[in-house]
This record gives sequence, structure tokens and C-alpha cells, in this order.
Amino acid sequence: MLLPILFIFFSIAVLGFALLVVTTRNMFHAALFLVGALFGVAALYILLEAEFLAVVQILIYVGAIATLIVFAIMLSRNMMRRDIRAANDQWVEGAVAAVLLFALLVLVLSRASWPTVTAAAPPDAIPGIGKALVSDYVIPFEVASVLLLVGMVGAIIIARERE
Amino acid sequence: MHFVSDLFRNIGLWFHGWLSGLLPGWAVTLIEYVLGVLILLTGALVTVLLLIWVERKIISRLQDRIGPNRVGPWGLLQTVADALKLLTKEDIIPEGAEKVSFNLAPILVVFPTIMVLGVIPFSRGIIGADLNIGVLYIVALGSIGVMATLMAGWSSNNKYALLGGFRVVAQLLSYEVPMVLAMLSAVLLAGTMSMQGLVEAQGGGFLNIPYWRIFVIPLGFLIYFIAALAELERTPFDLLEAESEIVAGFFIEYSGMKFAWFFLASYINTILLGAIAATLFLGGWQGPFVEHVPVLGVFYFAGKTLLMTILIFWIRGTFPRLRIDQLMGLAWKILVPLALIVLLLVAIVIKLPVPPLARQAVLFVSNIILLLGALGYIGRHLRLTAERQKLGGRL
Repeated sequence: MLLPILFIFFSIAVLGFALLVVTTRNMFHAALFLVGALFGVAALYILLEAEFLAVVQILIYVGAIATLIVFAIMLSRNMMRRDIRAANDQWVEGAVAAVLLFALLVLVLSRASWPTVTAAAPPDAIPGIGKALVSDYVIPFEVASVLLLVGMVGAIIIARERE
Repeated sequence: MHFVSDLFRNIGLWFHGWLSGLLPGWAVTLIEYVLGVLILLTGALVTVLLLIWVERKIISRLQDRIGPNRVGPWGLLQTVADALKLLTKEDIIPEGAEKVSFNLAPILVVFPTIMVLGVIPFSRGIIGADLNIGVLYIVALGSIGVMATLMAGWSSNNKYALLGGFRVVAQLLSYEVPMVLAMLSAVLLAGTMSMQGLVEAQGGGFLNIPYWRIFVIPLGFLIYFIAALAELERTPFDLLEAESEIVAGFFIEYSGMKFAWFFLASYINTILLGAIAATLFLGGWQGPFVEHVPVLGVFYFAGKTLLMTILIFWIRGTFPRLRIDQLMGLAWKILVPLALIVLLLVAIVIKLPVPPLARQAVLFVSNIILLLGALGYIGRHLRLTAERQKLGGRL
């Protein structure tokens, strides 16, 4: 009884925050709304009994990515002032692309079969996740690591002083 | 006698039994949760009040002063007077400040520190919530603090505050890496992320002492302590609020109670550092005879936490502040590689087919060798840099 209410509440919160992110005229506020939306998603994970994912969501998205976004906004000129235009001259093309993407997502999601599991979630899922990462999913895992390494090396090369 | 030997839990059980006789199940649960939160909060606040007094006394003694001695016996009520004064101060919002984040930042700074209190294991069975992701939960909440500090620094519309805010990101994000790696070594040794599980894994042996992680991976403990000290923004890593450079850093524009919130968060974080270090590396509530007389665990835990906090105050009274380049160099060139080596070492050694005590000996000896090697290397590097600078000066 309580679960559906909570689910609806958090879903509305996530969608509302997401809407505010793209409509607000203040970049900094947009970043804060984004944090709100990310927290909402973490709450949805908790409702699904995926505590590990929820905590990782907060750690990575709020702790790292949102901080990075805020930092980038602070370092950009004129971003701090209120009332910058939310849209640029390409809003028509942007709208067309967004509608097309939305249609594609609706198409894919309506065709998915959504398999459900009735068994309760295991009380301690972390060992399972860990084992899966180094056995069944070792190649995606390693590819992701290499990607991050490439990103790091690239950042260092860009940031290095010219000799 | 039996009641006293596990006093706090028995009080809890007795209260639960008494309440269950009066009210339906859901009301009992609700009341118990609310009471638990209130006890944790009040306990934390009172401890902070006392701790500020303790710090001022210790720093005074280190500097050959007497310290607060006017309000109350031995100056004990000085902090209460200070808090009352802060309550009566005018709440000033600077012109051109970003109001939403200016007001939100103090709350967001305190919120994660109080949330972390819920997973601190005070004794066997005395913990707010024994999450199976306890350690990760602490790390995740800690990362919210970065965001809040940044908000405070930026929204104040003050260049010193902004500089403080920029230093926050550099320092806190850098030191999060070695801190988490060091915590991970302890997690790997115990094979669990639950705070109670971590403490249980450090029991056994002579008087429940030999398996404390500080005797298994002393280097891991040292890395954690240094990195956590930097996360705490305390001397010698207090560049974010360096009084002589940027006045008070990110909270320069805050006054009255909002300032007090930052102060409160800083001190709760100090206690938490002590508590987490005690849980992860000093055996938590483990200690002599704790399996026969469980109530001792609370005192062992409190004692270890207090010891760590006093050590932090002592460091504040002893060391000068680091420069920003030294700070970043320490994190990325020394702490991160060392933490990675310790982690790899632990991962390999725990799979060795030898008895636990032998594994522990291998880890301990290799940790000490690593520590000495690192210290020797740093010493040589510093000496070379100093000589080079001397030569440069002569040329």
C-alpha cells in the first residue's frame, strides 16, 4: 500500500526536477535541480531494494558528476548571472531531434517484454555483483576501465604545460 | 550483575518490552526510531560542546596558556555561552548573494554528518542501522559535503569565499581517492562492508587485540588518517579556511547561527573521523573481556574515538599549514600509490594458503618496510629539492 504511493511520489519528484533542469533560466539552479533529480533516482533504487546501486548513484552522480558540473558553471564567464537565455538559435533542430528520440524510446520501451522476478532480493547482493563483474561481465568492465584511463591520460595531456 | 554486564542493550530491551505492553507494534517501532534519532542527535551535540572546550584547553596547554576558565567550573560552560551568543547574532545575507544556495549550504553541510551517525557501531547490537553497504554509505554521504562547501563558497559573492570554494574541490576530491583506497583495504580484509561485520572481524586472539587492523595494515591506517584529516579541512590541511590567506575561506560571509552550522559540521566530522578510524582500524568496540562483559565495548569504542580526536587536536597545535602544491603532491604522488600498493598486497596475501597469523605477519612486515621505504624516498627527495633551491639562489 505504502510502496506505490512512495513510488509515485519519487517518480513525480524526479520528473519535476528534470523538467526544472531544462526550463530554469539560471544555470546554477539547473545544476541544483539536477542533484534533486539524481537523489530521487537513488530513492527509487532503494524502493527496489537495490541499496548498493542507490549509494553508488549518490556517490558518483551527486558526489562526482554534479560537483564537476557546478565547478564548470562557476568557472564559465557570465554563467553566474541570472536570466541567460535557456535556448539558442538551433532550438528548432533541437526540438525535432528530441521528438524523434522520444518516439524511438517509446517504440523500444513499448516492445520490451519487461520480465519480472517474484523472488525476494538477496539480503547481501554485493558479493554477487563483484563476482559478476570479474566473470560474466569482465569484458565490459575492462573496456570501461580502459575508457576511464584514456580519459585520464587525455586530461593530463591537455592540462600539461607546453615546453 | 547480568543486567549491568550488558547495561545499554538491556535498558533498550526492557524499554522495548515495556512499550510493547502499552502500544501496538507500529507505534512501538515509530517511537523507538524517533527516540534513537533523538539520542544520537543530542549525544552528538553535547559531545561537540564538550569537544570544543577540550580542544581549546589542549591547544592552550600546548601554547603555554590556561584557556577558557571564566564561565562555569574550569570554563566548561564557555562553549554554551558562545553558542548562545551566536544565536542572538544578526543573520546577514550579503548583497548580490545567491539566496537559495546561500541558505541551503549550511543545512547540506550538517545533513550528511548526522546521517553518518546512524551507521556508527557503538557496541555489539548498539547501532542505528547495520547496513550491508555501511562503508560505501559513509563515503557517498561524505561526497555531498563537497557540493555544499562549493555552494557556500560560490553563493556568498565574495572573492575570498570563492577562492576557498575552489580549493575545496581540489583538496577534497584529491584526498577522497587515497582515503577510499585505504578504507577498501580494511574492507577487503574483513570481506564485508557492514560496520558491525568489520568490527566482528577484528575480534579474537589474545585479549581481542592482535587482529586490530592497525596491527595488520599500519600503513593503511596512516594513509586513512592523513587523508581523512585533509577531508576534515583541519590543520595542517586547512587551506580552505586559511585565516592568513583567505580570511575564513568559503564561510567568510556567514554569521550567527549559519556560521554555527559550519562549526557544528566541522566538529561532528572530527568525532566521526575518530569513530570511523576506530571502527575500521582500531578494532571498534573490541577489547579485553568484551565477550563476557559486553558493556565494556561502549567504553572501548568511546575511548578509542576520544584518543583519535585528541590526536587531531594535538596535530593542530603542532604542525604548520601545507602549501597547495605540496598538498596536491602529497595526495597524488605519495598517498595514492602507497594506498594502491597496500590494497594489492592485501588482495594477494589474503589468498595465500597459510594460517591467519602468518598472513598477518606478512602484511605487517611488508607494511612497515613500505612505510620506511616511502619515508626514506620522501626524505631524499626533499633534501635534493632543498639543495637545488640553494644552488639556484647562488646562481
